[in-house]
Amino acid sequence: MKEELIVSGRLNEYIDPNLHIWGWEIPLYLFLGGLAAGILFFAALFYLQGKENEYKAAVKWAPLLTPIFLILGLTALFLDLHHKPYFWQLYTNIKFQSPMSWGAWTLMVVTPLSIIWSATYIREVFPKWDWKYRWLYQLEEFFQSKRTEMAWILVVFSVILGIYTGILLSAFNARPLWNTSILGPLFLASGLSAGAALIMMMSKNKLERKLFSKLDLILITLELFFIVHLFMGFLASTQVQIEAAELFLGGPYTLPFWIFVVFIGMIIPAFLEWWELKGHHIPAYLPAMLILFGNIMLRFLITYAGQASRYLY
Amino acid sequence: MRYAMAVDTKKCVGCSDCVVACQTENNVPIGYCRDWIVEVVDGTYPQLELEIRSERCNHCANSPCVRCCPTGASHYSDGGIVLVTHDECIGCGACIASCPYDARYPHPDGYVDKCTFCIHRVREGQQPACVEVCPTKCLYFGDLEDPESDVSKVLKKRKYKTLIPEAGTDPQLYFLI
Ligand code: SF4
Ligand code: SF4
Repeated sequence: MKEELIVSGRLNEYIDPNLHIWGWEIPLYLFLGGLAAGILFFAALFYLQGKENEYKAAVKWAPLLTPIFLILGLTALFLDLHHKPYFWQLYTNIKFQSPMSWGAWTLMVVTPLSIIWSATYIREVFPKWDWKYRWLYQLEEFFQSKRTEMAWILVVFSVILGIYTGILLSAFNARPLWNTSILGPLFLASGLSAGAALIMMMSKNKLERKLFSKLDLILITLELFFIVHLFMGFLASTQVQIEAAELFLGGPYTLPFWIFVVFIGMIIPAFLEWWELKGHHIPAYLPAMLILFGNIMLRFLITYAGQASRYLY
Repeated sequence: MRYAMAVDTKKCVGCSDCVVACQTENNVPIGYCRDWIVEVVDGTYPQLELEIRSERCNHCANSPCVRCCPTGASHYSDGGIVLVTHDECIGCGACIASCPYDARYPHPDGYVDKCTFCIHRVREGQQPACVEVCPTKCLYFGDLEDPESDVSKVLKKRKYKTLIPEAGTDPQLYFLI
């Protein structure tokens, strides 16, 4: 039998025998970033449509969680750094060719905005809230008058943030599994779907729940379409990409991906939501939790499997 | 100026002297390496072919590691040598994930490290440590734009290949075959 045997004398930590430079921190960061982007997108969108009192969970309640998600996400990113004391270098440079750079800057725009947005609603959500200082009340009033402007910035930057979570990975052509432009739209759709799921879970209003249930159904369909597209693209491409796809088509990631991400995270919640729309009663947290679970798994599996995919030479 | 290196796979015996010379010259922490030996055996027994390569960073002319670095720590220096400025590096690992040759590693001190073509020696007119020490003289280093340099001369005479040029990196490490 014709064979090729490659022996390498290299055994660098985190690199060999398989790249494992990114652990749980980066996928968690991508998940939280996508989730926050999804919530903020819907908050800003429905605010601009003048629906703030109709869709309270979307515009007022769920955004209160986004500063927490974003700060946790940034903390995860920080934990991932090997040279932590130099963290600030990320914010003394802008490199447009590096997704890690403009993504970090996008977070610097979105995080403060998410805090301000939440602050302008906090007294409405928690009527007992007291700002203590007069100037804080003045600040609140000022920003309340600027909600429209903030919403416009948020609509744009939340989409950038959502798509960035995918582009961060797709920019690496050294890892064939990541190196596909469909990853940006896929992660954006999955972030939006996670955001919609969380809003649906928090909502106390039937109409709002129904709307986000429908939105989730559309987004899940879109995600499934992107996933099929992803594999079609790989299988019609070069050998390295065919091998990358095989990680999920018979390889070690096959079961977790198709069961956790596609079946439990997409197909079952889509079915439950469809069932609900047909008039049956399904507790809202059930599909929502499944969607969030599938979302986390998607990030973890793509990040891990991508590091196992490589050029052989 | 365009610095490059040629590795004669027909002369290399895989003794790893280049690896040890580099570790000593550059204070590479124990257990890590900036250059390494790869042996590839091809064919059907008994018709086997063996290729031995001394590998390191390819100092790519279109390097994804420089492109992906968020801080500019990874950059092009003299003659296209790709370097990492240690105290600009945050250790995010983007460059490590972006290198199709896995030529970088995270130094235990936190920053990312890799082959520098011994730029500190080259600037003084010396050869990189690996080239200097190779007992079979199978490594050639120099300026590709100078037709009289060792590397230009040997590339004119011999057949050569680069590693995964389809990765689009324009590697500057040439393997004589
Ligand atoms: S071999 Fe890797 S580390 Fe070296 S320049 Fe090319 S991409 Fe960068
Ligand atoms: S690890 Fe350092 S050199 Fe590499 S991309 Fe990050 S900041 Fe740049």
